[in-house]
Amino acid sequence: MNGLTHLERLEAESIQIMREAVAESERPVMLYSIGKDSAVMVHLATKAFYPGKPPFPLLHVDTTWKFRAMYEFRDTLVERLGLELIVHRNEECVERGINPFDHGSALHTDMWKTQGLKQALDRHGFDVAFGGARRDEEKSRAKERVFSVRSAQHGWDPKRQRPELWHLYNVRRSPGETMRVFPLSNWTELDVWQYIHREGVPIVPLYLAAPRPVVDRDGLLIMVDDDRMPLLPDEVPMIRSVRFRTLGCYPLSGAVESTAATLPEVIAEMLLTTTSERQGRIIDHDSSGSMERKKQEGYF
Amino acid sequence: MAHATGDLAGGELAGGDIEAYLEAHEQKSMLRFITCGSVDDGKSTLIGRLLYESKLVFEDHLTALAADSKTVGTQGGELDFALLVDGLSAEREQGITIDVAYRFFTTEGRKFIVADTPGHEQYTRNMVTGASTAELAVILVDARRGVLTQTRRHSYLVSLLGIRHVVLAVNKLDLCDYSEGVFEAIVEDYREFAAGIGLTDVTAIPLSALRGDNVTEPSPAMPWYSGPTLIGHLEAVDVSGEVLERPFRLPVQWVNRPDLDFRGFSGQIVGGSVRRGDPVRVVPSGRRTTVDRILVGDREVEEAVADQSVTVTLTDEVDVSRGDILAADSDPPGVADQFEAHIIWMDEHPMLPGRSYLLKIGTRTVGATLAHPKYKVNVNTLEHSAATSFELNDIGVCNINLDRPVAFDAYSENREMGSFILIDRFENTTVGAGLLHFALRRAGNIHWQAIEVDKGARSTLKGQRPALIWLTGFSGAGKSTIANVLEKKLHQLRRHTYLLDGDNVRHGLNKDLGFTDVDRVENIRRVAEVAGLMVDAGLIVISSFISPFRAERDLARGRVQEGEFIEVFVDTPLDVAEARDPKGLFRKARRGELLNFTGVDSPYEVPLNPDVHIDTTRLTPAEAADLILEHLAGLPPVGPGGTPH
Repeated sequence: MNGLTHLERLEAESIQIMREAVAESERPVMLYSIGKDSAVMVHLATKAFYPGKPPFPLLHVDTTWKFRAMYEFRDTLVERLGLELIVHRNEECVERGINPFDHGSALHTDMWKTQGLKQALDRHGFDVAFGGARRDEEKSRAKERVFSVRSAQHGWDPKRQRPELWHLYNVRRSPGETMRVFPLSNWTELDVWQYIHREGVPIVPLYLAAPRPVVDRDGLLIMVDDDRMPLLPDEVPMIRSVRFRTLGCYPLSGAVESTAATLPEVIAEMLLTTTSERQGRIIDHDSSGSMERKKQEGYF
Repeated sequence: MAHATGDLAGGELAGGDIEAYLEAHEQKSMLRFITCGSVDDGKSTLIGRLLYESKLVFEDHLTALAADSKTVGTQGGELDFALLVDGLSAEREQGITIDVAYRFFTTEGRKFIVADTPGHEQYTRNMVTGASTAELAVILVDARRGVLTQTRRHSYLVSLLGIRHVVLAVNKLDLCDYSEGVFEAIVEDYREFAAGIGLTDVTAIPLSALRGDNVTEPSPAMPWYSGPTLIGHLEAVDVSGEVLERPFRLPVQWVNRPDLDFRGFSGQIVGGSVRRGDPVRVVPSGRRTTVDRILVGDREVEEAVADQSVTVTLTDEVDVSRGDILAADSDPPGVADQFEAHIIWMDEHPMLPGRSYLLKIGTRTVGATLAHPKYKVNVNTLEHSAATSFELNDIGVCNINLDRPVAFDAYSENREMGSFILIDRFENTTVGAGLLHFALRRAGNIHWQAIEVDKGARSTLKGQRPALIWLTGFSGAGKSTIANVLEKKLHQLRRHTYLLDGDNVRHGLNKDLGFTDVDRVENIRRVAEVAGLMVDAGLIVISSFISPFRAERDLARGRVQEGEFIEVFVDTPLDVAEARDPKGLFRKARRGELLNFTGVDSPYEVPLNPDVHIDTTRLTPAEAADLILEHLAGLPPVGPGGTPH
């Protein structure tokens, strides 16, 4: 060690990973989900290649069901930083009107996100894609590599993953293979928040508490973000002071009741909280091996 | 609060000033450590306990844990902390961890990254991986069993990978009546062994991970122990070491050139520090220059230190590219292309001496050939034994030859400057890792004598363009038949030829070789060398060998000049070759009398881009020979002075 703080070391490590991936790829891309982890990744990327711009586009695999505030935030950010943004929507989903209400969260997520991501990567011929996943998010991710090889079908085979020693990453790919790169692997949720605070990284306002219209569905507070949300017969949206710990499709993102309207208050609440971040995500609820299975199918 | 015990991270918060709290927490340092020990030593329990005590186990995880503890737990329905950390579902069912998992927890003073590696015998690979980035190792010992073979193995790997700080965690003392005598005996036993392998900074702590004794709070059950708790020690230990005092090293990752006004060199500093105005040297080129500006991200600074990712600009327009090292002018790293190194083999396929691999050191990737091992190390006894190759999880020493010089420091001086990985050229897998110790002096600095009678002179005299025509395919594919016809035809054209095949090589030059993969590689290596000399003599050489591996065919290609190697794929489907079976070899192999037979129990790697592709189901041997002659005729003629261009 050297007198650097943990955030300085994490930042330096992430930048080293990004530069290594870009130096050894032909067509890199950064997957951009608009969430706080993406926000940190973009911030790191602007630092890594300063005074140049990040030498890759952002790819947003859209589902048309994100919060309106997310779309606004995305467009402002891209405009301000002068970055190239590619928005991909699975055409089949658009045509068939796939949505979480009629088709269920599993099919909705698989078709929009998993299939949509594969389509976008194939269409643009990206060989290396940055993702904001962290090892602390879920038990099966604790062993994920920083540089994760995916087959031509985007599958994740635990046996194909390479040992990673020192800071020597093997970025070589066989024809058709691609690589997912996770620069935030060693960050925790708390690190991400502390870094956002220290650096003043802009985030979607939904992370901060405000009065918002929500309904209670099976114990999850779902925000009624637009009139596409079908209400049950006796359901009336109520105004509650809520914030979100993770952001995705609004019908699938559970809010927490909170009065934390500033970043320090959010961090304070987080330090006292007793449930894990992913609990608000509906897709993880099935069973303890579910994330591992999704990964093998090509979910990020 | 979800649980009564511990609350390392949030303890000071209740009612406190959040801004001040954040300020303090953003100034934390970080420690990366590895835990070594088997499930039996309570390693997973210890890590689960650390996560739990630092409040990283949330209510929903605890609910899942409580449920899992009842169904698959080993603690009779009580919370089984080990279940918190066993990762992928397959291995949870098997009850052993089979990879490196990284865990995170934080206390008031530090953030910790824990590399959790299994203690199981065949998983040297995982432990080496986890140890490569660790600054400290926690070695667990079961108090009832004392220092075991595996304790020695783990300690050796810790020492080999250059971790200087060790915690000897003597666990399960609750099962030994918290006996001071048991603890002291184990510590004494361990210190003696550890000193012998260079581990001198050892802190021993008596523990019960299951009961929480001496994990975060001093144990009332062990009043005889006055040292730090495990967490207390991990928070306080100073591992800053010497990396800051080392000479400045910056491996260049990326040349940042957004416009004509800015040309910066980006990378992570792996040794020492650098200030504006410092004289630096570009290695290996040796060009000297001075640091102009230093950027950490978008911030301009006067000085940057080891571990920071920076972009520097230089005062001169010197040539610097990815793979170069910017180094302290007064103390630059060595430059060499031959080394002695420790190798840790990590692939299912054994290392093949003489085969060409890719070697990545710092930000540079070069071609590398490994010599025959000098010895391998028995990680249990630390004895050296002879070896012909390295297999999965083997550790040993051998010489390495690179195809061009690289900058390096000895691993003991600088981990990042003395470590490398080996990559298979075709599979692109990481097959091994290594530590550089020192450069070898080139064998008497032999320079090839520039003799006046050279290949050009010899081939001019013969009036021909030398070539190496390499026939590859299954046994029974028709290689020898085609080779014979081809040589006759060339002879009629008054060409000087020589035919190398199994018959004239296996009986003499290579009669000491069998048919294992290692011997097959050596067989082809010798043939390639001989063929290379014959081409240098100006001959047209026809070689006829199964040569099943791409790497060896490429090795042969590398022995001659570009354009001189003609790969001919004699393509006969396996069933057709087997039906022909002119020497009865397939029948023997199928009966199990002949092992490692290509196509039966040994693979054949099809040429990806052969110069001539012969489908023997459609062409006669004479037609096939004509196809090769046509290809030869289509090559550029012998240039002036006889050197083909």
